[in-house]
Amino acid sequence: MTADTPTAETVGANAAAVADFRARARWRWYEPLFWLGAIAWYFLFPTYLPLGTQILCAALFALSLDLILGYGGIVSLGHTTFFGIGAYTAGLLAKHGWGEPLTCLLAGGVTAAIAGWVCSFVIVRVQGVALLLVTLGINLVLYEAANKAYTITGGADGLQGIVFWKLFGVFDYDIYGRVAYVYTLGVTFLLFLVARRIVHSPFGLALKGMRENWKRMPALGAALRRHGALIFVLSAALAGLSGALLAESVQFVALDSLGVQRSVDVLTMLIVGGTGVLYGSFVGATVYMVVRDQLADLNPAYWYFWIGLILVVIVLFTRNGLVGAVSDLADWIGRKRGGGSAS
Amino acid sequence: MLFSIFQGIVQVLFDGIAFGMLLFVMSVGLSITLGMMKFANLAHGVFAMLGGYVCTALMHRAGWPFLATLPAAFIVVAVASVFLERFVYRRMYTAKELDQVLLTVGIIYMAIAAAAYVWGPEPQAFALPDYLTMYRHVGSFSFSTYGALLLVLGTIITVAIFYGLERTRFGAMIRAAVDDRRVALGVGINVNRVFTITFAIGSGLAGLGGALGINALGLDPSFPIEYLVFFLIVVSIGGGGTVKGALAAALLLGLSDTAGKYYVPQTGAFIIYAVMLLVMLWRPNGLFGRP
Amino acid sequence: MTVIALATRGLNKNFGALKVTQDVNFELPVGARHALIGPNGAGKTTFINLLTGMLEPDSGSIELDGKPVTDLPPHERVKRGLARTYQINTLFPDLTPLEAVTLVACERHGMSRQWLPPLSRRTALIDESYALLKQLGIGDQAHRLTRHLAYGHQRVLEIALALATHPHVLLLDEPAAGVPAQESGILYEVISALPKEIAVLFIEHDMDLVFRFASHITVLVSGRVLRQGPPAQIAEDPEVRAVYLGTAVHA
Repeated sequence: MTADTPTAETVGANAAAVADFRARARWRWYEPLFWLGAIAWYFLFPTYLPLGTQILCAALFALSLDLILGYGGIVSLGHTTFFGIGAYTAGLLAKHGWGEPLTCLLAGGVTAAIAGWVCSFVIVRVQGVALLLVTLGINLVLYEAANKAYTITGGADGLQGIVFWKLFGVFDYDIYGRVAYVYTLGVTFLLFLVARRIVHSPFGLALKGMRENWKRMPALGAALRRHGALIFVLSAALAGLSGALLAESVQFVALDSLGVQRSVDVLTMLIVGGTGVLYGSFVGATVYMVVRDQLADLNPAYWYFWIGLILVVIVLFTRNGLVGAVSDLADWIGRKRGGGSAS
Repeated sequence: MLFSIFQGIVQVLFDGIAFGMLLFVMSVGLSITLGMMKFANLAHGVFAMLGGYVCTALMHRAGWPFLATLPAAFIVVAVASVFLERFVYRRMYTAKELDQVLLTVGIIYMAIAAAAYVWGPEPQAFALPDYLTMYRHVGSFSFSTYGALLLVLGTIITVAIFYGLERTRFGAMIRAAVDDRRVALGVGINVNRVFTITFAIGSGLAGLGGALGINALGLDPSFPIEYLVFFLIVVSIGGGGTVKGALAAALLLGLSDTAGKYYVPQTGAFIIYAVMLLVMLWRPNGLFGRP
Repeated sequence: MTVIALATRGLNKNFGALKVTQDVNFELPVGARHALIGPNGAGKTTFINLLTGMLEPDSGSIELDGKPVTDLPPHERVKRGLARTYQINTLFPDLTPLEAVTLVACERHGMSRQWLPPLSRRTALIDESYALLKQLGIGDQAHRLTRHLAYGHQRVLEIALALATHPHVLLLDEPAAGVPAQESGILYEVISALPKEIAVLFIEHDMDLVFRFASHITVLVSGRVLRQGPPAQIAEDPEVRAVYLGTAVHA
């Protein structure tokens, strides 16, 4: 390919190409809404802060799953493995004498990342139903192990007697959960920014390629196994961080932090919200947790029925959960008004 | 001393194979469905649960004898499954795996809620007829008549399935559709109809297994989720689509679980999960499956 | 002495009792324009799959630029300069052509696993990708989703992706497949404008294309090489004609 001296036209066209990528990465108008809403929650619902904290942790966890599932195309039925590892790591550190929140958080993330690295050797070699089952199997085995090892983990009673020190040496965790909420919100926002970077990086593009056409990637020089391993480790780290965050907020680690039910729950949240669109995880987590909070108290059966129905309706009738439905609707309205295909 | 080891082995074999037979009857339908339509129907346990409730309803409300409820469970569940297949599942055969998984999870949730609403959340009171709670003593071995029933019924059903698949025309159509759906369509097999009928039979068997297994597994609304793992394990170890695979996997599982409970009761369910992981790592497509 | 870019010796592949590739000896010189033809089921696509590493041969060896690649996985072969296109479009439906080609460029530069820097900063890469699209005549389609492109443009994109790996051997699997007559012009232009240094092997059924672009033809029948030679010689060969006339009777 010969290099001609660039004409003004070429330079202009090239600049437009670069601008296109930059435009994709720009913040959309609705994005700050979520974060402003989260800040408003603090002032509007002071008695619901623990719920808010749980929603944020769930959203972060769902985001970690979206990275491998919505972006990388790796379907896992056992992602709670890493959530639980993060939670137990932070909890055990605090229980045995080291309760500094930020380092415990980091430790949770790192341990989960290492576990993710170990698992990735198998994960990247299986697909389809086999992948579902291997991830499920790992989750189940770990759960049972934690259950049996009650001298370390507290078994079915959970890890108790955890005390985390003051945040930054200044803020004590209060009963109303104010400190926990602000801390969780801050960490979630930072990690969200990291996830955003991943999605808009060269690696993010490779992930999209993997999801769009797995088969073509090796024919273009992509070492799929290494890509898969990297996103799996990143995702595991994020899941571990969200687990540690929850452990720090409630100062307790329940055995169901490793439970398969949670794996199914987070998958549900993601499907309800929409995969591969970053905010799907937040929308889904919020809807799921709020509905559950309101309905489950009345009667657990009601909760199961309605969430089951929501799931069935979303899978049968929407392309990509709530976010997908809203964006499809916006497209449709746009087409009715303006005409012409949008890309 | 040696004799007691021998005795233990025989006991485990008997109970383990009996349990395996039960698992096989419950799971074989799922295996064929997965192989034929590549559809991951995690809600298969709902059919088993429904069969169980049909059995208890007939026994407690209508006073039916236990054995008579078994064919009833089969028929009721088979018919119900046809509706589910035609109106819900059929639209999802070409959908992504994940969507199929979540659709069926949604169905499980709804079924659990419905069962809890209709029959209450507590485990169903259930008593086997007297002749099935006895133990036959042969020398120093004791074999439960219930176990014997599982073995006998399981064997009959297994033989019937193999015979049906290998010797009948319908069985040949099933095998063709599992082997290569597109080619089967090409030679004029109405794959959709074959599938609906096969699905009905498989679900009916699950219902039968559910009724048969109340004594061993209990019955309450959370059944589909609790035993989902069992079904998945049977299908994954066996490899979707083969009856041989489902049988081998069910027996392997039944034996491992029984042996585990007998020799190392502290480990609990650990053993089966570990077995599943090991098999999946060694043969990701199952013992008899193909990619 | 011609320099050989790609060669196979004694390549064999069986699927059970079916011999799909039988003892194939093949050489592709640098800068070649080589056509691979044969009746349906002759094993042409299988041969390409063996060359790229999608399939493992039962015996025989493959050499790229004189070095053995038989044991290398597909992505390694691409890194050494071997690229292919697919008979059926194997593209990224929800990516734009620009994104797709940039993806390949990132792979080529080894930066595909960088997860922190923003992609938009890699301006040189994006410029280079855009230039490739313009060169192939689809620059104005750069920002449309691939699934909205006309079929002919998709076929060109198919080639663009392969070219973005900067190969020195290019395997094209029926590049004109399914392209309607009015859109095939741009495709032919792309093929004739392929850089001279690249060795090109293309599978084709369209004899027009074959005689227009090929300087050398290999005829494959039932997995075996029937004849190899310049187009004029192949066209006159009685056995080749028999094979084609024979299959025409069955078709």
